[in-house]
Amino acid sequence: MGNLTPQAFSYVAELVRREAAIVLGPGKEYLVEARLTPLARAAGAADVSAYVSTLQSPARAKQRMAVVEALTTNETSWFRDGEPFEALRTTVVPQLLTQVPPSRRVNVWSAACSSGQEAYTIAMVMAEHAGGRKVDILASDLSQEMLDRTKAGSYSQLEVGRGLPAPMMVKHFRRSGTQWQVSEQLRSMVRTQRINLATPFPPLPVFDVVFLRNVLIYFDTPTKRAILQRVRQVLSPQGFLFLGGAETTIGIDDGWDRTTVGRFTLYRPASAADPTPVPVPSLAWAATAEGR
Amino acid sequence: MTTVRALVIDDSRTMRSLLSRQLVALGYEVLQAGHGEEALEVLERAGGEVPHLATVDWNMPVMDGLTFVQKVRSRPEWRSISLMMVTTEAEYDQIVRALAAGAHEYLIKPFTQEAFIDKLDLLGLVPAKALS
Repeated sequence: MGNLTPQAFSYVAELVRREAAIVLGPGKEYLVEARLTPLARAAGAADVSAYVSTLQSPARAKQRMAVVEALTTNETSWFRDGEPFEALRTTVVPQLLTQVPPSRRVNVWSAACSSGQEAYTIAMVMAEHAGGRKVDILASDLSQEMLDRTKAGSYSQLEVGRGLPAPMMVKHFRRSGTQWQVSEQLRSMVRTQRINLATPFPPLPVFDVVFLRNVLIYFDTPTKRAILQRVRQVLSPQGFLFLGGAETTIGIDDGWDRTTVGRFTLYRPASAADPTPVPVPSLAWAATAEGR
Repeated sequence: MTTVRALVIDDSRTMRSLLSRQLVALGYEVLQAGHGEEALEVLERAGGEVPHLATVDWNMPVMDGLTFVQKVRSRPEWRSISLMMVTTEAEYDQIVRALAAGAHEYLIKPFTQEAFIDKLDLLGLVPAKALS
């Protein structure tokens, strides 16, 4: 596949802005190339630019919608991007167990949850490592269809095949016809709510952890800043923010401190009590869990 | 870096060559076997160069994949081999049986190349150069 031409990029950017109010600024060529390559191949086009040039005919409305969807739908896949969940398990959960009183639920937000894989992956980590604490996971999305899918917790063989370790699958899923059904234990931890991140949030609880991965990339800088500021208002001062690998708060909202866990970067509200969390050794963690 | 080695075990020549091609593209050195007993012979001859990965079909003549997994797991010198069942057996109980026998991952046929690479990634077996 060749490089995306500026004409093709600006056409796609304008299409997505018009249809989904999402801004694909300069530098997002890679995203367009990556997301549209499968569509271009399926259509037999030489490359993405050639495919885009066929979209402009009035008869291609359906293909244009497919392009918008390909660029605005997050492909989520369980533990496939392992680092965030590794950071959750080794660093965030042990800290939460010491800083959240046992009498209170741990609140987690999976923002722009798509079909729910991230929310249930968080639920799996919490079920296994949060020492029996009560955990509430809010899964939000703009699309009611995605929220319904999340709530149903039913996934095809193809979907569970993407990055869900087999031992986790047999532990937390059951076969239901051709689908795999998330266990009642995990489903009881997850509730859904329709939230548009680009507008003021509805009343929300104070969260200990917010997952906002691969969402900011779709917005322009002022909207990114507004979203990050609103997230700070609903995040506990000792809370943690997870962003996507290509996203950062730097140069957008300076109200955050960064801390790295392995190759992964976590964000906390600036001047959090302990801005440099260190992974708690497993022995200390076990002692904490038992000592409650 | 050291070469990653895989042993592809399947009685279907088509499936062996499909998996082998994908592994070679990732930088693997690949050996093949048509059933469990043949695979055990390959391992016996491998000496210190045991594969990092074995993909194991379930239903094969002579020795099936489940028996092969059990035999590999009973040998301490083969403990480092990651075992991935790659099979049409898709029932929950079958997956549980394979994992209990010692398989690390389980991929149901038919599968996409992306799903296969995801499983390798979960096992930490996607060579760094394939990712860059």
